[in-house]
Amino acid sequence: MSEEKIKLSCSGLNLWFGKKQVLKNISIGFPENKVTALIGPSGCGKSTLLRCFNRMHDLNPDTRIEGKLLLDSEDLYNRAISVTQVRKRVGMVFQKANPFPKSIYENINYGLKINGIPSAERPAIVESAIKESFLWEEVRDELKKPATRLSGGQQQRLCIARTVALRPEVILMDEPCSALDPISTLKIEELIRKLKEHYTIVIVTHNMQQAQRVADKTVFMYLGEVIEEGVTDSVFNRPEKELTRNYISGYFG
Amino acid sequence: MQIRARENFDRTFRMIFRATGFLVIAVLGGIFIMLLYNSIAFFVKVSPWDFITGTQWNPSGRAASYGMLPLLVSTGIVTLGAMIIAVPLGIGTAAFISEYAKPGLKNILKPAIEMLAAVPSVAIGFLGIVIVGPGIAKITGQSNGLNALNGAILLAVMALPTIITVAEDAIHAVPRTYREASYGVGASRWQTLIHITIPAAAPGIIAAVMLGVGRAIGETMTVLMATGNVAAFPRGFFHSVRTITSTIAIEMGEVPYQTTHYFALFAIATVLFILTLAVNLIGEYFVNRFRKFQAA
Repeated sequence: MSEEKIKLSCSGLNLWFGKKQVLKNISIGFPENKVTALIGPSGCGKSTLLRCFNRMHDLNPDTRIEGKLLLDSEDLYNRAISVTQVRKRVGMVFQKANPFPKSIYENINYGLKINGIPSAERPAIVESAIKESFLWEEVRDELKKPATRLSGGQQQRLCIARTVALRPEVILMDEPCSALDPISTLKIEELIRKLKEHYTIVIVTHNMQQAQRVADKTVFMYLGEVIEEGVTDSVFNRPEKELTRNYISGYFG
Repeated sequence: MQIRARENFDRTFRMIFRATGFLVIAVLGGIFIMLLYNSIAFFVKVSPWDFITGTQWNPSGRAASYGMLPLLVSTGIVTLGAMIIAVPLGIGTAAFISEYAKPGLKNILKPAIEMLAAVPSVAIGFLGIVIVGPGIAKITGQSNGLNALNGAILLAVMALPTIITVAEDAIHAVPRTYREASYGVGASRWQTLIHITIPAAAPGIIAAVMLGVGRAIGETMTVLMATGNVAAFPRGFFHSVRTITSTIAIEMGEVPYQTTHYFALFAIATVLFILTLAVNLIGEYFVNRFRKFQAA
């Protein structure tokens, strides 16, 4: 673990929704080409933290953010960097699969178009993105069909393909499997393990088994604070803090 | 005993409300039958073909002619003009309120727009005579500005509240997740609005436009005051026109009872009724599609 490079990090991060402080002095780093899981009970700020990294909170005028967030050594909140650039480099997969009400092909093509990729290059990128997401075999003949006809698991993989197509550096996943059945979940997890060869992945999950199955590193949060972080195996098997031990053994949460 | 009383109470009110519900349907049907009944009396005298395709409306001349085409085209021109003005403005305003306006501004804009709908049509007619008319006259060098364009502008003002309110609801109802997905791939607000939010809200927006059209077609007092009311065949936006509604309003008071002319007015009213009914049904259809889409 010592020689790993930190791809994405924050230090001294505080966040308020109106008057309520949701994140308290958070400092963590996410290692490159690794999967990091954020776990903790509902409302502990996992998703809120995740959304800081692609500036999704910009949309909410009530939010106030303090602290430093870095991608490599670049400040994500630097005024000189456009928010659309940030979101292209830091992609996001949401809790509920949210394909656009368009065709399967258009769902991926849209992001490419928006980001000014020449139309001649797009079909190849769309195809490879769908392949990377292990969806190609299932949809190769149906690219013109509405994405909403796909099953929940397929929709979520399409959303991952949509993110991957932009060649982001980091992929944030906000409980990507919470609405899926076990088989679809397994497929997504398999996909996550493959994706980490090329991307740095941060995943929020409520499912402890899932964290243990996919994550290299695990961060336990409680009431807006990071309680414990470390290699997944040691966080789950040899937790240092009482709170962590209680949570992972199911006393609360 | 108490339970019995409550059940009776319940039953009584259910009957009352059912009765009022049926009454609405009965009134609608009654109006249609009344129009149709009187129209038939007209079509006994004048062939429907001549009535629809005739280019001259001159019921009081020596050789009376009952061609409704000029009226139909007048209504069409004024409505079309109103929509050309009101649709882009309405959708734009709706998008602004829903996507861009800060809560403070929104709280002023929304009631203000709803209040615009409450302005009586006669008052809007004054606006046409006092401000819009002279304005058009000045620009075009005509002696007065009472023409189709004037009517279209006023009808646009009247249709705007309907269009904005319904379109805003439709845009606002687009799931947040669509917008997030779009922002998530790096789209700007504008790109998200144009490529994702408005297409997703399209059925609702079409419904908004249809309801606006319905409002414009049926409006009487403003067009009567502002369009000049010349029953000649309309030649464009800068000429006086006379719509179906204003023709009925002008002539109904003067016409001798149960003459061909009298029945003719029922016939054009029937055409108007069918027209607005069709537009409203189309609007309803899209509203329903929109609801289904939301549920999915």
